[in-house]
This record gives sequence, structure tokens and C-alpha cells, in this order.
Amino acid sequence: MDELNDLYTDLIMEHSMNSCNKRELECCDYCKMGHNPNCGDEIKLELKMDGDIIDDLAFSGHGCAISQASTSIMIDTLRGKNIHEARKIIETFIGMIKREITDEAELKKLEDAIAFRNVSHMPARVKCALLAWHTIEDMLNERMEGNSDGK
Amino acid sequence: MSPEEIKKDFPLLQNRKEVYLDSGATTQKPIQVIEAVDEYYRKYNANPHRGAYSLSIEATQAYEDTRIKIAKFINARYSEEIIFSKNATESLNLVAYSYGMDNLEAGDEVVISIMEHHANLVPWQHVSKTKGATLKYMYMNDEYELTDEEIESKITDKTKVVGITHISNVLGTINNVKKIINYAHKKGAIVILDASQSIPHTKIDVQDLDADFLAFSGHKLLAPFGIGVLYGKREILNKMNPFLMGGDMIEYVYEQNTTFAPLPNKFEAGTQNVGGVIGLGAAIDYIEKIGYDTIQKIENEVTSYAIEKMSKLDFLDIYITPNKKNHSAVISFNIKGVHPHDVASILDANGVCVRSGNHCAQPLLRFMGIDSTCRASFYFYNTKEDADKLVEALKKAYEMFKKYM
Repeated sequence: MDELNDLYTDLIMEHSMNSCNKRELECCDYCKMGHNPNCGDEIKLELKMDGDIIDDLAFSGHGCAISQASTSIMIDTLRGKNIHEARKIIETFIGMIKREITDEAELKKLEDAIAFRNVSHMPARVKCALLAWHTIEDMLNERMEGNSDGK
Repeated sequence: MSPEEIKKDFPLLQNRKEVYLDSGATTQKPIQVIEAVDEYYRKYNANPHRGAYSLSIEATQAYEDTRIKIAKFINARYSEEIIFSKNATESLNLVAYSYGMDNLEAGDEVVISIMEHHANLVPWQHVSKTKGATLKYMYMNDEYELTDEEIESKITDKTKVVGITHISNVLGTINNVKKIINYAHKKGAIVILDASQSIPHTKIDVQDLDADFLAFSGHKLLAPFGIGVLYGKREILNKMNPFLMGGDMIEYVYEQNTTFAPLPNKFEAGTQNVGGVIGLGAAIDYIEKIGYDTIQKIENEVTSYAIEKMSKLDFLDIYITPNKKNHSAVISFNIKGVHPHDVASILDANGVCVRSGNHCAQPLLRFMGIDSTCRASFYFYNTKEDADKLVEALKKAYEMFKKYM
């Protein structure tokens, strides 16, 4: 139960139940669906760029507290970052969950997203925490490769 | 016998502290099954049907004796009507491919229920698409049941195949399969009964039901993983082409042509899971020793008790039929406003194992307008104390989320 209390923290619960990032952007450059068919989780991520800067992000959809909070906190973490910083943070987050990155200095760069550290010990919840991060990773990759026509 | 006494036969339930409420996914195994498999590998393991030496003959004998035991267990007329498979999924695929692909034509109809597990749905979708047949669904009413009207409006003269689950793995609804089989036969269709969720709980008599095919998995019936059964009427199986090809299912093999072995070997290609079959035989012995009457008495008592307690939790949505006689030992539920995956994690942290998700029944959940549920499934080794622990854990989960709602 302790491990669980470390995960279902106030920060995560607030983000999962009452996220201000759960909305639709008035206009966006990229939009992508992410889903975990086994859980039935589905999210839609919207991304607005300003040059190389992530100007804004928003999400809609449904999922468990871990996936919803992870999405919301990811948005807070990545907003305002340039695409290279963002990709580095995404890589670090995924590395943390997969227990490949444990260096404290490195993990500090994740800001609030470090709250999901304990998920790395909960195999049943790894997919939940990673859903949004894999989705944004794909979106940014598509932008870098320039093979996306925008929407 | 009490569930407390029965629990003593299950080493895992002795070794672990958790309350196990996921028997709909797989049951725990009694010591009698574990020992039978252990003894097989220690004392008479060999490749069946092949060796001329007595060890192989002994393994073959045990394998074939179990086939006879299973035939008697489900009251099949002939033992060669029992085909061993890997699990219910493989059994159902065998019918879809070997019967469906050869017998369905464009314009024919396949009728299944919205309650089907993906295993009795996706194969029929594939075969129907390939053959140009129409796949139709029997939908349930507000009480999570299939009505006679629905059955009679969906099964028509065009229907060639009807696939139906005996008991829903999500809702626990016991379907009126006798009615469905009877009506389908009147219309000239054959019926495949998915007994995966029923045979652990209720006596199956294939002659009384008059099912053309019946499938189940051993692992949901106290046996090891990797062993399943397909029952089929002999006259239908005889006319069907083999499903998997290879060793042991043949008569003569020439460079360009092959003749096939008679039943049941025709459908059992390659070396079979003899250890699993031995385990399944021991599981059936165990079920018969306890008796379905006792099993049902215990289950009904514990399930009713759990439903009564859970009904008092007003933060829960429970998805079961109000008609008690049509409900088995499965309770699907959600805490209002909380995702079932979170609930299952919190129950787990409180020592209660339940499943969460779509339970391999996505079309059913979509029809219900929900994404997923938690599911507690009971068996005759579950006690009222187990149900109490579930209820206590549910209260804790609700408390955790309440303050953020």
C-alpha cells in the first residue's frame, strides 16, 4: 500500500481529476490519437508550434488516473521548450520508467514528471504512464522527418 | 464441504495472502492436479502414439483414457468426438476454419451474441468476410439478457452458423442456450457453444444440449495451461477437413498427396500435450469428487453474499442481471468516476486480485457504453471472508479518490 500511496500523490490525483490541460486548442498544427487497447484508454494530443518552440499542448480523451495525470504533467513540462529540449526530456522520462536512467541530476530535468518514478516498479502501470509520452514522441519525430502534412 | 476446507487443497491459496477473485481468467490448481502432472513426468512420460516400447504405450494409454473420461464427463456419445487442443481459442478457430471456411457461402448468415469473447467473435468475423457471409449479432436487453424475441428475430433461414457463449465472461449472464440451439436447428443452422465460463460451474451434457460443437479451456477448470477441448458431433467432424497438418494426423503421405487419419487424430497434428491432458483428467476427477451440487451451493452463497454487500455501496455501478437464476459467479463493476485500472491497482495493494479492462469483449463494452470494468469472479474455494475483503478494499479505493472528485 505504501508504494501505491507514493504513486497516487496529491499532485497526480489533482492532475488526473481536474486538469486544466484537458481542453481543445483553438487551432493546432499537429493532432494525434494515442491508445492502449487492453485498458481501453484513448487520448487525443494537440500540439501548436511557434517555430521550434512548443507553444501549446492540450489533450482530451479518457483513461486511468496514471495515464491522465501523466499526460497533463507532460504538457506542463514540455510547454515552452524547444523541440530538442523536449525530445531529450521525453527520452529521459521513458528511460526513467524503463529503469534505464537513474541518474538524479538527469531525472531532475523532468520537473514534476519525476512524480511517476515509482511506476518503474509497477509493471502493470508502465503502459499507462507512457501513453502520452510515446504519442508526443511520434508527433515530434514526424515533424522532424517532415513527413507530416500538419493535421 | 465448506470453501474453507476446499481451500486447503489449493497450495497457492495457502502460500499467498491475496484474496484470489480472478478465476474467470484462470483457476488455481488443487494439489491433486499438480501431483498428477508431476507423477506423469516422473514416471511415465514418453511421446504418445509413436513408441513400440511399453513406456510410450503407457503414456498413450493415459492420454486416451482421459479422452474417454472427458467424453463421459460431458456425456458425449463417442470418445472420438473429443478433440484435444491448446485452449478454447484454438478449439473455436478449428471450427471456424475447418467448418466455416468450407461450408459458408456468400449470402449466408453467421449469428453470434454481443456477449462473445473475442475468441468466438474474431474468427467468425474473419471467416464471414472471407466467404462473403453476413455476421449478425444478438443484442442483450437492459437486464443483460438475450430475449427469445431477439433470438428468433436474428436466427433466420439464411443462418448457417450460430456461435454463443454459455455464460458471459463479463456479465455472468447464463444464456438460454437450449432455446438457441433448438431454434437454430429448426432453421437448419449448426451451433457452437463456448463453454469456457460454464463448465467450471455447471454440469454439461452435450447430448441433452444437442450442441454441434462445444469448446472449453482446461486452465479455467483447475487444469494446467495449454490444454483445451473441442467436442463435435461425429458425423460433422467426419466430413470436415483437418485444421492443422503434420505428424500423427495422417494415414499415408506421398510426395504430392496425403490421406488423413480417422477421428480424433485427424484434428490432433503434432505431439500433443500429454502432461496437460493428465492434469485435465485429474481436474475432472476432483470436480466429480466435490460434485457440481456442492460447487454451485458454495458459489451461489458467496456470490449472493458479495452482491448483497456490494449493492450497499452507492459509489458502485454493478453490471449484472437482476434475475438471480440467470447469473453465474462473475461480478463486473466500476467505482463511479474512477477508472477500473486504478481500482484494480488499489485493490491489489490491499491484497485483492481482480481483473480490469475490456475482458476480451470490446464490442460488448462498446454496446454498454463503457470502456472497461473491474471484474471479480468467484469459485468454490472463495469464502464470505474473501467477499468481505473485497468490499473493504473497495471502500478504501473510494476514500482515496473521493476527496479529489
